[in-house]
Amino acid sequence: MRDSQGTSGLILNEPLLWKKGSKGRSGFSMPRRDVVPSPVAEGITGDGPDFPDLSELDVVRHYTRLSQWNFGLDTGMYPLGSCTMKYNPKINEKQATLPGLTGAHPLLPAELSQGALKLMYRLERYLAEITGMDAVTLQPAAGAHGELTGMLIVHAYHKNAGSRRSKIIVPDTAHGTNPASAALCGFSSVPVQSDEKGIISPEVVAGVMDEDTAGIMITNPNTLGLFEENIREIARIVHAKGGLVYGDGANMNAVMGIMQMGKIGFDVMHLNLHKTFSTPHGGGGPGGGPVCVKDFLAPFLPVPRVVYGEGTYHLSENFSQSIGRLHAFHGNFGVMIKAFCYIMSMGGEGLKQASRLAVLNANYIKESLKESLHLPYDRACMHECVFSDKLQETQKVTTLDMAKRLIDYGFHPPTIYFPLVVHGAMMIEPTETESKEDIDRFIEALRAIVAEARENPELLKSAPCRPKVRRLDETAAARKPCLAG
Amino acid sequence: MKEIEELLFPDDVHYAETHEWARDEEETVVVGIGDYAQDQLGDIVFVELPEIGDTFEKGDQFGTLESVKAVSEIYMPVAGKITAINEALSEEPELVNLEPYNRGWMIEIEPDDPDEIHTLMSGTEYMEMLKGAE
Repeated sequence: MRDSQGTSGLILNEPLLWKKGSKGRSGFSMPRRDVVPSPVAEGITGDGPDFPDLSELDVVRHYTRLSQWNFGLDTGMYPLGSCTMKYNPKINEKQATLPGLTGAHPLLPAELSQGALKLMYRLERYLAEITGMDAVTLQPAAGAHGELTGMLIVHAYHKNAGSRRSKIIVPDTAHGTNPASAALCGFSSVPVQSDEKGIISPEVVAGVMDEDTAGIMITNPNTLGLFEENIREIARIVHAKGGLVYGDGANMNAVMGIMQMGKIGFDVMHLNLHKTFSTPHGGGGPGGGPVCVKDFLAPFLPVPRVVYGEGTYHLSENFSQSIGRLHAFHGNFGVMIKAFCYIMSMGGEGLKQASRLAVLNANYIKESLKESLHLPYDRACMHECVFSDKLQETQKVTTLDMAKRLIDYGFHPPTIYFPLVVHGAMMIEPTETESKEDIDRFIEALRAIVAEARENPELLKSAPCRPKVRRLDETAAARKPCLAG
Repeated sequence: MKEIEELLFPDDVHYAETHEWARDEEETVVVGIGDYAQDQLGDIVFVELPEIGDTFEKGDQFGTLESVKAVSEIYMPVAGKITAINEALSEEPELVNLEPYNRGWMIEIEPDDPDEIHTLMSGTEYMEMLKGAE
């Protein structure tokens, strides 16, 4: 093992803001009053909110210190499977802060918002082209919101066709949000099991698909990082009984420019702009979960929709079958700018190459580590690979222990204990933005940890030992949560 | 996690394939999860149980267990009506880990068929099943 990236340095402690400062201290001076004092209506007088009294420097140091406790993509590799934590190019941020865009008010009339509307319209067209679908809404705020939108569209479609269907098929390799989104729309989910190859077999779907089933929710590639090879046949079975095929596009990063979801049987799907299209993720959000549909579902899309005619763009509510509004104003517009910028800066060939490299990187990790870690599905993977802790069982070392130890080596742990179909799962997604040197360093770190598991398992059980905060008691945190400061 | 030989499978209860145990208490049947299940799940942090008076068929899901790793379903080992639930688990879910066969019990059932409990496995049969699954 070369020198580990992880080291211990001077990290400063920092109290809560309320425990800092001093009464009367302030970060700015109020301007001199230049109006006549006037009484304030009764009922809105009284003590102000409990804000801490701080100087600007107090606040700057507070957040700078907290940021030093943190680990993000700009710090190091973050191979969180199923989440596509790829680098967010700074040009996206630069474009999103253009004054014309940051100053655009959502209540401005269409004739004064042509640039913003054009950007939304073109982004919709690009996403339609990438997915092979026909129409797009940009409103949903993130992936699960997109699923809800998609399920509402499925429901509206069946209602419009005069049929009442109560079930949705959800494979065991789906994201947990899939059955939840279906349930929120009043559907009950029918679980189906993946086969020994880790994918869904047409026979299993045929066995449960009936006239009371509204459709199926499929993630392709699935959460094992495997391509659903039977997708066309599954879509045929579902369509034959009048059902719709919903695609969870969370794993679209593996197939941009390579597979068009619209061509292989999907009727409606969502994308995660904060995964595939490189907008900030998690706390850096908000996210974006556009929903793409085939033509025959377009009448049900949320309103308002951006339409183009006679040389101008405008917003139209004139869609009588629409499921309505899903978000205030037009969705998370800043996210749309960043995704648009990403697509424009990458270009079609660039997006395709990103997917190729994402898949290549995952397969490189899979092949490099399969001697060290148990690989439950030993076959070509897509953009992520799933290992388990089976080989470490005799040392009583678990996936959790190895994940925690990775922190000491300077890597964010991968996704663990998901997908549920693999016992002790460790799900690694490097993405295309990691260089070979960094991936090699990650592989070396995991190999070193596997060796430590044999030679010094106690080291792993007490890991991490280098970060400011050591291993947290997850059990106590869940059983006796302390939600106040 | 423990080796199968280290786990306890007392013979005064019967075992379901889905890892619940059922104890015959004459009029009623008391149900919990076995040592193997609690060991596999890890630290239990939340237990969701049914309402008293609910009725279920054998194999129906009657509740959920949340551990630090995952959420799992728990199933009825015999059909019947819920006559009591272990209220203590809402404050102390760790009882399921500490004393799975005693203070970690989950529900009490008035069984539809008092003999159905005998279709379940003995401790020895259950351990054989687990060894087969290894």
